[in-house]
Amino acid sequence: MAKDSAVKKTGAEILVECLEKEGVEYLFGIPGGVNLPFFDKLYDSKIRVILTRHEQGAAHMADGYARATGRVGVCVATSGPGATNLITGLATANMDSIPLVAITGQVRTDVIGSDAFQEADATGCTRPVTKHNYLVKDVRDLGRIMREAFHVASSGRPGPVHVDVPVDIQRAAVEFSYPEKVSIRSYSPTVQGHPLQIKKAVELISQAERPLFYVGGGVVLSGASDLLRQVAEKAQIPVATTLMANGTMPYDHPLYMGVLGMHGKYATNTAMQKCDLMIACGARFDDRVTGNLAKFSPNSKKIHFDIDPANIGKCVQVDVPVVGDLKLVLQDLLDNLPGKDHSAWIGQIREWDREHPFSYDKNGKGPGEFVKPQFVIHKLHELTRGEAIISTGVGQHQMWAMQWYPARSPRHFLTSGGLGTMGYGFPASLGAKLAFPKKDVICIDGDGSFQMTMTEMATAIHEKIKVVVIILNNYYLGMVRQWQELFYKERFSGSCLTTGSGMRTKDNEPDPNSLPYIPDFVKFAEAYGALGLRVTRNEDVEPALKRALAETRPVIIDCVIRPNEKVFPMVPAGAGLDDIIVDMA
Amino acid sequence: MKQRPAEPKHTLSVLVENKAGVLARIAGLFSARGYNIDSLAVGETEDPSVSRMTIVVQGDERVLEQVEKQLNKLIDVIKLSDYVQTPHLERDLALIKVDADKADRSELLQIVDIFRAKIVDVSADSLIVEATGDEDKIEALIGMLSPFGIRELSRTGIVAMARGGKSLNT
Repeated sequence: MAKDSAVKKTGAEILVECLEKEGVEYLFGIPGGVNLPFFDKLYDSKIRVILTRHEQGAAHMADGYARATGRVGVCVATSGPGATNLITGLATANMDSIPLVAITGQVRTDVIGSDAFQEADATGCTRPVTKHNYLVKDVRDLGRIMREAFHVASSGRPGPVHVDVPVDIQRAAVEFSYPEKVSIRSYSPTVQGHPLQIKKAVELISQAERPLFYVGGGVVLSGASDLLRQVAEKAQIPVATTLMANGTMPYDHPLYMGVLGMHGKYATNTAMQKCDLMIACGARFDDRVTGNLAKFSPNSKKIHFDIDPANIGKCVQVDVPVVGDLKLVLQDLLDNLPGKDHSAWIGQIREWDREHPFSYDKNGKGPGEFVKPQFVIHKLHELTRGEAIISTGVGQHQMWAMQWYPARSPRHFLTSGGLGTMGYGFPASLGAKLAFPKKDVICIDGDGSFQMTMTEMATAIHEKIKVVVIILNNYYLGMVRQWQELFYKERFSGSCLTTGSGMRTKDNEPDPNSLPYIPDFVKFAEAYGALGLRVTRNEDVEPALKRALAETRPVIIDCVIRPNEKVFPMVPAGAGLDDIIVDMA
Repeated sequence: MKQRPAEPKHTLSVLVENKAGVLARIAGLFSARGYNIDSLAVGETEDPSVSRMTIVVQGDERVLEQVEKQLNKLIDVIKLSDYVQTPHLERDLALIKVDADKADRSELLQIVDIFRAKIVDVSADSLIVEATGDEDKIEALIGMLSPFGIRELSRTGIVAMARGGKSLNT
């Protein structure tokens, strides 16, 4: 056989070879006019093509796969509408630093710019929502570009990379050998923390009396969760996590204090305000975590560890900035930190938590029969021991999932934190389930979020991907409704998802007896050949969950909850963390 | 005199890959993050694979820190330097088409002479002045020429270079 270097290959063959060399197992996407040469070569490849029903679903599936595994997720679309449909998925991945490679077909190079059929300036569209992108204009560059794409996506602060490949480039043949090395002169992320800065950090931590770890998704991305636990244990520092870092500490660990932010715990938010040293790890001081910046943790010294220098000092000025990969930085800390006792401080946070724990009325029965959303998730946590892979949409259900499903391990809680993309959860769960077929994968969704990407039920059935979707169905865009109730005088403008009057009880609440809802999610499931279950009473929750977990087909559990359920505690937008509203009462 | 800007101006020299789309990346970054560009000039360098951009941007220290960090994050940015603390040269080139009938010509010639500018084109009722210098000088010249009537003005934007033997790419 001839040596690789002497063999002529087409662009399409080069694409497939590069994906195989990167160890890609799944490719999520849809064929179309100008990616057909590529799809034709995929026909002979071991890479499994998951045909999605919409390109947004493809990007979210690749994203769910990437978040669950830590590997690069790959999605593919055709030109024009195929490429533009990917944008929401790319932006979602970009905000949460998720490694993706998106490959799109493009019209022939000689007609680019002529408003050809299905032409869009795809790289122009994806530029602001990707870490980097490429338009391939010469087939000789394709192998290098693919190599670079995977390298850029997965190194430094990870993110999505888009490669736009015109159809004539896919057909063109060139002598090709896979580039073994990748080198980009203008790209070399700093991974090792500066020793002097580490020394300063160690000094501050040694002196602190009330230190607090503020842990974000960067710890998950770096694979540093276990190191973080070791550092926390050695120096006896309590840990609070953001939404993105759910699972970095086992939920029942004595040093884990819970989740921070707008709908986080009273105890952790109070600890943020009262600590004398904040140690931010792979977090970026998002407004949903800090509340009003002017009132944010006014008396603490701050250390910030992050791979991205631009994250440091962007929102909050810190005393000791350290740029580096958390895996290396936390190892440095572990090697240099002395042991210490902070039991009084930890006891104080625990005390705050006892005063105002996450809670819900377990026996509450209002007019009609409704399920408590928190109870559903609490029960699910109990049945799965916090070990299932959970994905969510965005809204109230996402916050309840965060509060009531603290995960045991990292990469088990997949949620769109930065962009807040409704519709993320269901397709992401499919990507995660493909990666971990033996694990329970459950999408906790809202009725609004689910409807944004529920078309992927066809993909789930078609590809035999068994996930459970729990819809916390309150007939509304629930978080919008909550804000309208609290801040817009109960004027529910454009937030009700069902037809009005015929569905109401005398207390002006939807009447569960007048279901179906639009759509009837049980019939929707059945129409696709999935199992649909409806739950309207708390006592039916456990049997439904057990049945769903044992089922082999995809399952939808439609849980009918009250429209006026609200997420508490809550730090109103623009308020300081001290102004946390614990409950309505 | 020209009014002093509220925030200090910074002149950034940025070495970037000489590739299609790089200018759009830089311009997109500034618009997406709400930074103000005063001027932007691009050209090839001694290495044809590298372009040099000179960007004049306004902002306080924190804004500039973010501008520099965000620019550095772009994969195509090779190196950048803020000249705010560095002795450096700045040049702007302007072509100015001025109304010039016979009566005004000698006065115009004197002004052009004083500013060490050049007249590079003449017609019956106009002439084109070419001027090079830092921004203040160009502004001053424009101020002197405007009473005659400026028909057209085209400027390159600032290009800059640090004084001394050191170069940006070493």
